[in-house]
Amino acid sequence: MIVDTWVIFILGIMIIGSIAAIEQKEMLSAIITVGIVGLGTSLIFLFLQAPDLAIVQFLFEIFAIIILVRAFIKPDYHKSEPSIMNKIVTVLTVLVLVAILFCSIDMLKALPEFGNPSMETSKYYVDNANAAKETHSANIVTSIILDYRAYDTLGEATVLFTAILGTITILRIKTKKRKSEEAIE
Amino acid sequence: MIIYLLCFILFLVGLYGVLTKRNLIKIILSLSIMEYSANLFLVLFGYKRDALFPILEKGKEIQSMVDPLPQALVLTSIVIELGITAMLVALAVRLYQKYKTFDITKIRRLSG
Repeated sequence: MIVDTWVIFILGIMIIGSIAAIEQKEMLSAIITVGIVGLGTSLIFLFLQAPDLAIVQFLFEIFAIIILVRAFIKPDYHKSEPSIMNKIVTVLTVLVLVAILFCSIDMLKALPEFGNPSMETSKYYVDNANAAKETHSANIVTSIILDYRAYDTLGEATVLFTAILGTITILRIKTKKRKSEEAIE
Repeated sequence: MIIYLLCFILFLVGLYGVLTKRNLIKIILSLSIMEYSANLFLVLFGYKRDALFPILEKGKEIQSMVDPLPQALVLTSIVIELGITAMLVALAVRLYQKYKTFDITKIRRLSG
């Protein structure tokens, strides 16, 4: 039961941190406040007995913060936020989201209880340590990623490659103004 | 149940940010909050009470392991999220260079 208490505590902090990040006036502090959510996720992974995930999440959260801060560090990016917030739209959005929350309570009740998973699909991997016998890997998570679901991992690697390719292509395009500046030089 | 509910509230907070904020940086941050909560939701499903991490050791009971499948699926999705965030940041920086603003309503008006 101690795990439940810790997870609820960290999730509460994460919700408060995410609201603070979204409502923050200054961009740089908003970016750093989102770090609460990412590092809280990493901590919860540790409590849920997922050490691989905790390490990866921790590392990539730091990377994400570095990328965001490096990209948005210019002072002219931090002009005052548009103050003409349409209050009616905001209130309407909050009302709709609360309605979604109340409607989804029944759906969440139908899910298997926390701490008691059905484990239908992964029964094969865990029972009698089939995964360890067939792949000779002590870590069952890596044996699933790189052996049983290797094609899935290949597809995800393709998605990652495409995303990085897109990033590089977007950053390399030269605008008209820049081209003319270079021509003058 | 309350843990799933809190995780869902985190997702809805991110959705609120995407729907109401006008600054592109805020929208990117809200999207990443949604991604974290989705990952967390998957891993919460696989937790078994009083079980240990799914790595074999000598003298460890095999039956007392948490579900390894959601962990394996989330592991690659975390990496992809970083790539997608980098791509969104690149797009936002490009848009700023063209339109000199992060406000999405102004970007829509200044076409061409």
